[in-house]
Amino acid sequence: MELTRKANFFLRKDVLAGLRKAYSAEKNKRAKNILKAILDNAAIAAKEKLAICQDTGIPIVFAQVGHEVSISGDLKAAIHKGVEQGYKKYCLRNSIVAGHLSRESSGFSPGVIHTDIVKGNKIKLTLLPKGFGCENKSQSKMFRPTAGIEEVKKFIIDAVKNAGPDACPPYVVGVGIGGTADYAALLAKKALLRKISGRGSALERELLRRINKTGIGPMGLGGASTALAVYVESYPTHIAGLPVSVNISCHALRSASVVL
Amino acid sequence: MKRINTPLDINKIKSLKAGDELLLSGTIYTARDQAHKRLAQALKKGVHLPIELKDAVIYYCGPTQTPKGKIIGSCGPTTSSRMDAFTPLLLARGLKAMIGKGNRSREVKEAIRKYKGIYFVTYAGCGALLAGCVKKAKTIAYGDLGPEAILKLEVKDFPLIVAVDPKGRSIYGKD
Repeated sequence: MELTRKANFFLRKDVLAGLRKAYSAEKNKRAKNILKAILDNAAIAAKEKLAICQDTGIPIVFAQVGHEVSISGDLKAAIHKGVEQGYKKYCLRNSIVAGHLSRESSGFSPGVIHTDIVKGNKIKLTLLPKGFGCENKSQSKMFRPTAGIEEVKKFIIDAVKNAGPDACPPYVVGVGIGGTADYAALLAKKALLRKISGRGSALERELLRRINKTGIGPMGLGGASTALAVYVESYPTHIAGLPVSVNISCHALRSASVVL
Repeated sequence: MKRINTPLDINKIKSLKAGDELLLSGTIYTARDQAHKRLAQALKKGVHLPIELKDAVIYYCGPTQTPKGKIIGSCGPTTSSRMDAFTPLLLARGLKAMIGKGNRSREVKEAIRKYKGIYFVTYAGCGALLAGCVKKAKTIAYGDLGPEAILKLEVKDFPLIVAVDPKGRSIYGKD
């Protein structure tokens, strides 16, 4: 429950630092003004206890459960309940429609839970409220195994161009390569949990450079700050294929963790 | 910075150009996906609408719940293109201005030009900042839609950038 407050009211420190860096480096006057508004918004949200963005997302919870942990009771039900109580208490948005086709009954839950068994005797819960303006711009593609790296890079950059001004740039771009269709998509989402820093692999740095050359900029109105970071997570795959998935986050990349 | 007030009749907006920045004060209505669907259905059936469309300003927004003691919760713009399918009909029936984020379809730009409307964008992902511009908020229709209900908002100095002007020119360039 506490994570819902922390994630939605307080922008991650690394994201704030990334935005401040973009603000200092940006030369386009309008882009700089928009980055200033984004930074002001984060400060107002923290001070006024208001959600950073009205789209408080679909609450995604990554549950890493240590293999030595013994759980009595229903962990998933407890997570859903905690999320729901937090979203209600902190006046976040009831964006979840139970009737996905009828569009009826908007509520605060359920979110989506990804569980993972890890070493150790602890449980780590991470909440990632993911807004749908950017989630709608996700893309996946099953490449031929003989596809060249440039084809893959172009697909990633084109996914960002397709998102264009719509999904609240500057973006953080998560990429998953390998595994299966579904696993690549999960890796792309998990990449958004990486801490934003100036560091990255050669591929990540090249993608970031090329994405920032598109000139999309904050709100899609031009400038050099189209993405704050690009992170690629990868996994072995089958000889017959090459799954690639792109998950874009808006500038309000929110997450918070707790270790139990 | 230039300031304008609602109602936005054509004389107030005809000189505005894509890229202009201004501050809006007055009455605007929130409406997003499901509210648009209902408004369009009502128009097609000839049923009375819950808002007067003539010279109206629609804000594509679904705020969070309102915290105790506040006028409104976080209330930034949502992606405008999802409303594209409904927009030409609303413009034909008198809608004057829209506020949202992102690009519009060719059909919407054409309808804006034809009906002398205007499309603004505002700071995207800045719902806490924009909440400060809202002085009154009241649910006036489709309350069953929760965050997608139609709210009547009184705003003061709400920051806007003209994205498609009444001549159909777009800040995002040609399609």
